[in-house]
Amino acid sequence: MNEVVTTREGVDQETVDAVARLSGKYKFGWNTEIETEYAPKGLNEDIVRLISQKNEEPEWMLDWRLAAYRRWEGKENPTWPMLTLPEIDFQDQYYYARPKSMDVKPKSLDEVDPKLLATYEKLGIPLKEQALLAGVEPAEGEQDRRVAVDAVFDSVSVGTTFKDELAKAGVIFCSISEAIREHPELVKKYLGSVVPASDNFYATLNSAVFSDGSFVYVPPGVRCPMELSTYFRINAENTGQFERTLIIADKGSYVSYLEGCTAPQRDVAQLHAAVVEIVVEEDAEVKYSTVQNWYPGDDEGKGGIYNFVTKRADCRGDRAKVMWTQVETGSAITWKYPSCILRGDDSQGEFYSIAITNNAQQADTGTKMIHLGKNTKSRIVSKGISAGRAQNTYRGLVSMHPKATNSRNYTQCDSLLIGSGCGAHTVPYIEVKNNSSRVEHEATTSKVDEDQLFYCRQRGMDEEEAVALVVNGFCRDVLQALPMEFAMEAQQLVAISLEGSVG
Amino acid sequence: MALTKPKQEMTDARLAEITLPEGGRWAREAREAALGRLRAMGLPHGRDEYWRFTRPDSLNEATPRPAAVFDAGETEIFSERETIHVTFVDGVFAPEESDTLEGTGLEIVRLAEAMASDIHWAKDVYGKLETRGHDPVDRPFAALNSATATDGVVIRVTGKADRPLRISYQHRNETSDAVLHNLVWLEPGAELTLLENGPAAARFNHVMEVEVADGATFHHVRAQGRDHERRCISHLYARLGEGSTFKSFTLTANGALTRNEAVLWLEGEGGTAHIAGASMGDGGGFHDDDTIFVTHDAEGCESRQVFKKVLRNGATGVFQGKILVKPGAQKTDGYQISQSLLLDGDSQFLAKPELEIYADDVACSHGSTSGAIDETALYYLRSRGIAKEEATDLLTLSFVAEALEEIEDESIAEEIRTRLEGWLARRRG
Repeated sequence: MNEVVTTREGVDQETVDAVARLSGKYKFGWNTEIETEYAPKGLNEDIVRLISQKNEEPEWMLDWRLAAYRRWEGKENPTWPMLTLPEIDFQDQYYYARPKSMDVKPKSLDEVDPKLLATYEKLGIPLKEQALLAGVEPAEGEQDRRVAVDAVFDSVSVGTTFKDELAKAGVIFCSISEAIREHPELVKKYLGSVVPASDNFYATLNSAVFSDGSFVYVPPGVRCPMELSTYFRINAENTGQFERTLIIADKGSYVSYLEGCTAPQRDVAQLHAAVVEIVVEEDAEVKYSTVQNWYPGDDEGKGGIYNFVTKRADCRGDRAKVMWTQVETGSAITWKYPSCILRGDDSQGEFYSIAITNNAQQADTGTKMIHLGKNTKSRIVSKGISAGRAQNTYRGLVSMHPKATNSRNYTQCDSLLIGSGCGAHTVPYIEVKNNSSRVEHEATTSKVDEDQLFYCRQRGMDEEEAVALVVNGFCRDVLQALPMEFAMEAQQLVAISLEGSVG
Repeated sequence: MALTKPKQEMTDARLAEITLPEGGRWAREAREAALGRLRAMGLPHGRDEYWRFTRPDSLNEATPRPAAVFDAGETEIFSERETIHVTFVDGVFAPEESDTLEGTGLEIVRLAEAMASDIHWAKDVYGKLETRGHDPVDRPFAALNSATATDGVVIRVTGKADRPLRISYQHRNETSDAVLHNLVWLEPGAELTLLENGPAAARFNHVMEVEVADGATFHHVRAQGRDHERRCISHLYARLGEGSTFKSFTLTANGALTRNEAVLWLEGEGGTAHIAGASMGDGGGFHDDDTIFVTHDAEGCESRQVFKKVLRNGATGVFQGKILVKPGAQKTDGYQISQSLLLDGDSQFLAKPELEIYADDVACSHGSTSGAIDETALYYLRSRGIAKEEATDLLTLSFVAEALEEIEDESIAEEIRTRLEGWLARRRG
């Protein structure tokens, strides 16, 4: 179906088509027929105990969960986002669902139910320890492009690939439930240290009921030998997914982590409330990339995933570095602010985001850059694209504390509206409490890096060409960091032009 | 929605202290309605999102905190211009210091007079924009003003006023609490320049509602008084018709607390609304807040928000600005810039520059920057033999220049620039 959308001058057809393709017919809406075991519907202390028991957790973990649950009971759903939130009945959900075949934990991937393996195969995420992903040719000189995968299906981790090889390098990569059992000292030390259990309504809920997720520990000085990824799949109906990810990059280490997610097409909306905590020690670097493609609901806004996510990185050591990259195309509702606490001197935070909303989708997303250390740097580049009747909001905070001297922030937010029925909004908070730091917030496409523009123009390009090249060049940089599984989406994203942005 | 307990208690306590002034029938009704609005929304609390950068406590209190009267030892700003002059001293009309209001070519009456009569056209304007201005954000101090104001100026302009109207707000009593409410009604094609100056009182609650009809022009320049301890909460409302023009500039120097809110609606095609401000804050006691809300609700309108803040010795500058483009307000040209110059490490700048856009064929841009003085520029000036302090002042003046350019009348802009230069030079000693 080709709907004619009248666009303003400067918005090119290729962009309109690319947005339609990306946010058009949902490709991952099928469901896996599988016998599923549910915890009873609703939420109470017994459900929290049950989840803890299913995961064979120690007492301290249960206590932590129960404390969070009691906190959550006194909290209220936030009303500040620019979202029209439907009433969510937290008692009308399942908080735990796992494939029956996972009743007895498979010892290796060979023992996993073939139906589950087929699901991931169909999603393009084969759970095999092959050198390369199916159908992806290695680039020249790139023979070793491998990605370790932790596959989370509803409430449980189905399996993790390349575990042994990673272990040889000293890297721990496993499900969080396994980490709680096998590495309690690390989990105890770091869990909740970046996002406290009482942080906000959804993080507190997650702290009480998270069922699985991924755990990464990279020891000092180790460069993780391959990219790590987690693929989240919601399959069961009326079930919320609450995953928890904890990544620790010890001194001088490096890891690149990728996250993907999809869900079947259903008429009833489903809840997803995740927490991601990243600890970055001295001289360490973490790259975290997400392609969020949860089911967005139908054209009328029926069904879809309500995505409430708390993601935060704590740059604890000097010269620590973190980079968030997100491509948000799915979910009926997105509420997500991947943030950086720049505590160490000379630490650095970056946030690159492309958020595309169509039909009745709503997104309120952005970042927080909290500058606490000296000479800290942050960069925010956010591109919001809205079509149909969708509402897309960038919300961000840049805070320069009095002691964060000689720090720097650069923020650029662009919004593109396709059609006259949608909305694009910008809500930045800027708090500057010292004068040796510079903060710049801009929201126009012409304000791309002046030096790069100058360079291009010097070589005979006109201004428009130069801007397009610089913007696309930036997009490619970001997209190349994304997993190969998303090569198709990435290619389509490159076709998006931000000419005609409204600010 | 029910008020939170602390808010309810605070509001009840304050309302218990209020006795509505006497007046004609329409005035009594308008005041009661305003009090009802205030009761429903409650007074602002430090935890309110709209007050996250500015503490409302000193404005909420039943009695104002005392403020010493500051003698700047200079002639009153704008006083040497040929104007129609009205003076209020500590919020009370001072006839002996004002021009006669008859025969000026303008229809001017005191609000006190209009409110005393049972029938007056002011009843169709008083509190109307203030009432609309609570959506989507409550502005309780404006409702408090409509409920308790006893005086102000009511102006209707039919043609082109030959002289500016100047309202001077004198502060002579250290504990005065002034509540004034002005109404300006510009008929189609009419033109008026309004100059306002002075601190008015130890605490000043000021509302001005301006109706700018099709093709009308309103220029407004305000210089708030320099008394260090004065506090002020002001609300400037304007509704703009087709092809009309509204330009407002405010200079803020000193003051323990200044919160200037402006709420503008562009409702006719091709309207122009510019709102600008320059503030100079020195010392930890200085807190200045510009909170602006511009709504584009018609095609082809232009709006500009230009705010510059120079802050030193622990001063705080706040900017909360919003451009709302309603569905159908195509061809909107919206611009918003807020910048601070932090002259030392103790001062702070807090900003929330927002856009909310529901139309696709618009150009809206906003920028916000904060930083120290440009070392390269300073070096350049010093290498040409200019002393550091003087060079800093030169760069300060050039920093605020963009805001001063928003003043339509060049001679008024020049008068303000000269004052600023004088203050900076005197500070250098």
